[in-house]
Amino acid sequence: MTFLKTSVAKKVAMALSGLFLVLFILVHLAINLTLIYPGKEAFDAAVEFMGTNPLIQIMQPVLALGFIFHISMGIYLEWNNRSKRSVKYVNNNPKVASSWASRNMIWTGLFVLLFLIIHLLNYFVPFKTQEVSDHYVLVTGLFKSPVYTLIYVLAFISLGIHLSHGFQSAFQSLGTPRQKCHKFIVYSGNLFAFLVALGFSAIAIYFYFN
Amino acid sequence: MKLNLKIWRQAGPNAKGQMVDYKIDGVESDMSFLEMLDLLNEKLISKGDEPIAFDHDCREGICGMCSLYINGEAHGPDKLTTTCQLHMRRFNDGDTITIEPWRANAFPVIKDLIVDRSALDRIQQAGGYISVNTSGRTVDANNIPIPKKNADMAFDAATCIGCGACVATCKNASAMLFVSAKVAQFALLPQGRVEAAKRVQDMIAVMDAEGFGSCTNTGACEVECPKGISLTNIAILNKEFLLAQVK
Amino acid sequence: MSTINIKEGIPLKAKIPQGDLAKKWTTYKNKIRLVSPANKRKLDIIVIGTGLAGASAAASLAELGYNVKAFAFQDSPRRAHSIAAQGGINASKNYQNDGDSDWRLFYDTIKGGDYRGREANTYRLAEVSGSIIDQAVMQGVPFAREYGGLLDNRSFGGVLVSRTFYAKGQTGQQLLLGAYSALNRQIARGKVEMYNRHEMIDLVVIDGHARGIIARNLITGELERHSAHAVVIASGGYSNVYFLSTNAMGSNATAAWRAHRKGAYFANPAFVQIHPTCIPRSSEHQSKLTLMSESLRNDGRIWVPKKLEDAQAIREGKLKPTDIPEEDRDYYLERRYPAFGNLVPRDVASRAAKERCDAGYGVNKTGEAVYLDFATAIERYGKEQAHLKGIKNPSKEVIRELGEKVIEEKYGNLFQMYEKIVDDNPYKTPMMIYPANHYTMGGLWVDYDLQSNLPGLFVIGEANFSDHGANRLGASALMQGLADGYFVLPYTIGDYLADYIREGKIPTDTPEFDEAEEKVAEEINFFINNEGKFSVDYFHKKLGKIMWDKVGLSRNAQGLQEAIKEIQELRAQFWKDVRVPGKANDYNPELEKAGYVADYLELGELLALDALNRNESCGGHFREEYQTPDGEALRDDEHYAYVAAWEYPAKPYERYTKHVNMSDEILHKEPLVFEFVKPTTRSYK
Repeated sequence: MTFLKTSVAKKVAMALSGLFLVLFILVHLAINLTLIYPGKEAFDAAVEFMGTNPLIQIMQPVLALGFIFHISMGIYLEWNNRSKRSVKYVNNNPKVASSWASRNMIWTGLFVLLFLIIHLLNYFVPFKTQEVSDHYVLVTGLFKSPVYTLIYVLAFISLGIHLSHGFQSAFQSLGTPRQKCHKFIVYSGNLFAFLVALGFSAIAIYFYFN
Repeated sequence: MKLNLKIWRQAGPNAKGQMVDYKIDGVESDMSFLEMLDLLNEKLISKGDEPIAFDHDCREGICGMCSLYINGEAHGPDKLTTTCQLHMRRFNDGDTITIEPWRANAFPVIKDLIVDRSALDRIQQAGGYISVNTSGRTVDANNIPIPKKNADMAFDAATCIGCGACVATCKNASAMLFVSAKVAQFALLPQGRVEAAKRVQDMIAVMDAEGFGSCTNTGACEVECPKGISLTNIAILNKEFLLAQVK
Repeated sequence: MSTINIKEGIPLKAKIPQGDLAKKWTTYKNKIRLVSPANKRKLDIIVIGTGLAGASAAASLAELGYNVKAFAFQDSPRRAHSIAAQGGINASKNYQNDGDSDWRLFYDTIKGGDYRGREANTYRLAEVSGSIIDQAVMQGVPFAREYGGLLDNRSFGGVLVSRTFYAKGQTGQQLLLGAYSALNRQIARGKVEMYNRHEMIDLVVIDGHARGIIARNLITGELERHSAHAVVIASGGYSNVYFLSTNAMGSNATAAWRAHRKGAYFANPAFVQIHPTCIPRSSEHQSKLTLMSESLRNDGRIWVPKKLEDAQAIREGKLKPTDIPEEDRDYYLERRYPAFGNLVPRDVASRAAKERCDAGYGVNKTGEAVYLDFATAIERYGKEQAHLKGIKNPSKEVIRELGEKVIEEKYGNLFQMYEKIVDDNPYKTPMMIYPANHYTMGGLWVDYDLQSNLPGLFVIGEANFSDHGANRLGASALMQGLADGYFVLPYTIGDYLADYIREGKIPTDTPEFDEAEEKVAEEINFFINNEGKFSVDYFHKKLGKIMWDKVGLSRNAQGLQEAIKEIQELRAQFWKDVRVPGKANDYNPELEKAGYVADYLELGELLALDALNRNESCGGHFREEYQTPDGEALRDDEHYAYVAAWEYPAKPYERYTKHVNMSDEILHKEPLVFEFVKPTTRSYK
């Protein structure tokens, strides 16, 4: 933990945990897409795989730790950074110099966290604690609620915004040669963020109407 | 032109400050922003009031002494421009302009618009140098060829004027752009590589201890930097930091 | 001629070592006394100023083991005005294989100074110039390089070789940050105690030796006593006596002048440099002038219209410079000085600009501006680039675009700065420039050791007078500042300090410290309590106008006498009518300025007196009575081949109780002996 003493190391840790979560989101999105295509059978198979594969079982607590670390470190850094300017500007005009996404990572992040809690209560807890007869029905059933669907869509738009800054920020924190890679990283980060927001939301909206 | 100014007045480090309104007439468009303040001060003195204290020296954009958060932006609305090089033609008759000191806990206010930036010096003292004594008998300057690209990049990093705009504008009051400029300059040169690992760690340790926030890569510092110091330098610092861990 | 009777004191000796010019320094270094490392720890040195000279000296002395206290009035040593030097630094490396050598750098410098500099000092400067580059490169100073990875050079005025090392238009910044980094290393080691936002306001002299200073903490207003075995003044020049100059707002002569009042001689004050390429003044409210690097004269061509009516039309805004056809332009430097053309030395270029403007050819509203035109260079570089890129029959637009890119690469930051200030695009219309005060060759008198006539007081960089004679060549100020600080003073100061290894710490509770602090406090209280009518700037601007009009680019006996009288009157009014707001024990920039201007009001008079005394024209000092039929400077080697070192005519603190006229200063002459070069008429034709 001595490594984590400096501010730069904390940022590196945020970057690594963030990129790890990015991988998770990618997998999650792929599974969810099977809800629409090929459909129920593929989805059930995927759920079965996730529920039984030993490697996945090992990764689950790691993932949980990743989440907990990323969230708690994010909150700590935000709190700590805020304490560095006790007297605020009377007139501040930050939008000319930085993006909304970059300045509001804490809020987009917290909104995703809020959703994460709901999601865990609605899906993951029943999945782990009781016998779910049909995952497909459980998942698609949730989207019959307009409130849930709305929160779901907003959460993924939030995540998209979070990723649009977080993705490139992670590479910057890891010291990737900016002159060579920056454009490519920004481009792929934005594309990824857009696809995540679109993919998850589209599934929710699809099942809401069907 | 006539202007309405809202200016932060604070009698001393521990005094309570407040924004004070001033009206000023007779401002000419080819005055610099600081000459406009000179004019205001001249008027205050003739009225028997105390003039507004602000830091300035070279007035040609290179010493880094001038600061000021003008209308919500470090060094005012022009990009790549220090306050002393900002000209009043940028404003219109009747405009209201707010003028505040740099805000960061690491830069406590000394008086009015003047802040204490000595924390930046202390970071430099922690390792912003190459440990070579004066002798005049080092190797010949041309014994160390340096690729033009590296030399140019090192130069670009080295043009930092240490004004603190990066800290003032960063939502976290982080000094990463400032620190990275020096780390990158030396990291890019063969002379500086010898101590690179120690330098980056020592400078970061002092940066943290001085009460600056951490970098969240918003990029505002690069936009508001009057010398256009690039975020590339922060990436280089991050890389140097990681390299230093494995050494 | 002059109605002022000048009192002469005893001639001065500069302690120049005997022997061959090229061997003097080495032989001398081998003979001077050394101080052992154990004893260095017992010796304290105060350094005033942290520009190139001060920072390099403080760092080097601390490396040697002395205990150094360094003082800067800015909030950080990095902000000293050396930072604003643009063009470059000379060194006789001969990397370009164009015939350069120590001798040639020495010769160019002594000739450029119009044979009013000291041979031995100037040669030493040339000799150590190469070491400066080596040292700076090792410190990580990012000089411009060629594609092969080796250092690039460019040309500067007054020479025929390329010996100037540079870092774009920010060479001073890079070299100062180099020295600052060396200083930081010593601060971290605890060998330098850094006093930021502190100002020296008096020198403490004990038994004729400089033994300390009174400093004012600019934040709290507190007066502090600091003692040392030697005091080094590196506080820069006095260009701000002219109010408008290219110096920083805070640059001041107070440290040097207070030392002068305590007995240190002030040499050649009339030798001031008026730089030819500055942005012309625009309004009454202007607070300072901005320099455009001399390096621009590498590529820019200076001209005014040939016809008076064209000049008039331009002034009235009816014509643009680009409307004037080639044949109606007067490239007056190329016309008058075909050999050096636009790269004549600064004094020559400045006077030529004034001559044209006085004749009615000036090109801005005030009539005080000439053009610096890059069109020819843009076209030349554009064609070269087109050829390199293999573009056949390039169009005019393509050539322009390519050419502008080259110019941008070379001078981008300068062009940008010009555009910000003037609001005009210098790539499209020619720049307007006019001479402005920039540098002062004069300063406190020092001997070969850089020690003033007061033992223990050393003076380095622009603050001393020694190396540039009557005119400094471009890119030589950085060279001198660093030469003094890194390579000369660290040796010579040891020779003096060797006598004091048994002295121990110097107490600050002596009557001399008491008196100095008391008197300084009296002056401060006078300013605060004086219920005058006018601000400090009011007097400073008035003084500046007298100086610029009558003691500026060209001078004559009558004007100088008038100036002396007017300054005396202004000074009397100042002490009666100055108003300083605020408190003594607080941050109070008006109070600081009051002290500066009180000193300028004396220094200005001495400057005029020195100019009046010197009945000849040389370098930056041009007396209208002494010129050749075609308007070139006419030197008088028979009568004026000497350094004029002036002694303050009163007791140090008498100015508070009675009028002291600087015209009563006592003149000490140091004869200039030219053993190795023969003074000739400077010709750049």
